[in-house]
Amino acid sequence: MSADWPLYEVFIRSRSGLEHKHVGSVHAADARMAIEHARDVYTRRQEGVSIWVVRSTDIVASDPDEADALFEPARDKIYRHPTFYDIPEEVKNL
Amino acid sequence: MNEPLLRYLLRLGDTSLVLGQRLGEWIGHAPALEEDLALANLSLDFIGQARLLLTYAGEVEGRGRDEDALAFLRDPQEFFNLTLAEQPNRDFGYTIVRQWLIDAWQLEVYEGLLRSSDRRLADIAAKALKETRYHYRFSSGWLVRLGDGTEESHRRVSRALDDLWRFTHELFTPDEVDEQLADAGIAPRLQELEPRWSARIDETLREATLERPQSVHYPWHGKRGQHTEYLGHMLAEMQYLQRAYPGAKW
Repeated sequence: MSADWPLYEVFIRSRSGLEHKHVGSVHAADARMAIEHARDVYTRRQEGVSIWVVRSTDIVASDPDEADALFEPARDKIYRHPTFYDIPEEVKNL
Repeated sequence: MNEPLLRYLLRLGDTSLVLGQRLGEWIGHAPALEEDLALANLSLDFIGQARLLLTYAGEVEGRGRDEDALAFLRDPQEFFNLTLAEQPNRDFGYTIVRQWLIDAWQLEVYEGLLRSSDRRLADIAAKALKETRYHYRFSSGWLVRLGDGTEESHRRVSRALDDLWRFTHELFTPDEVDEQLADAGIAPRLQELEPRWSARIDETLREATLERPQSVHYPWHGKRGQHTEYLGHMLAEMQYLQRAYPGAKW
């Protein structure tokens, strides 16, 4: 049965203020069922306060063959990393 | 001892316990991995409700029986669950129809119990009501999907509805226990809950393109301890360990 259902990617926000993170995928016949399945599969132990689901086929992914062209140029530009700042201790989640 | 309160708590607690056990029977057999987990989650919600209610029942009874003694060491005629709850799973359609009818009933009962003069019962109801809202979302969603699905799913869920409908008369047929608790302001009056239940049921049936079956005015008596043959078999399996090895722990 589930083999006939489309795949949905699941994103969970673990706490208010944090971003949604990809946690996995579920099969479901429709979006409502996908939310329920995501809830039952991925938030059984209070892992989340919000769920997003999106059809896997609706995700546009970068091509692994283009990885060099896309990501290599950033490798030698360490000045783009904000590692030269002192971060106050009170600042969390940066 | 408050005999009517004890009886009422056992009715609610046993209904949750028996339904929880039935749902647990799906583990490893559900039509999809995700539904397997969904049914297991529902099952655990019901067993959680049963624990709170049976613990309270044991205290009201005052004979030193805890939740485990009540769940595992009573015979079928000492169970007071709704007859509907003990009906076998048969197929996914039956399971969904049974679930949906009881979820809709619990929505009204727990909502009514929020205003109970018994604080502890009101607190249990408040916790259970949140779970029940999700249960109803789940079961009504599936009812619509199956009813308004394929020819086969429609046929099978219609049959389940026709078969199980006769047990709904018991849901809103009060007896002296229900009346006494309503008079004491502890429980809502069943007759007053029926119209809202009925409206909710009709709305979902319409969406599911299903016909409401004819009412059968035979109130099964599960809540008076008279059960269909299915409860005994279910309890034999559920209680086996504690009966065979009394006091066994892990």
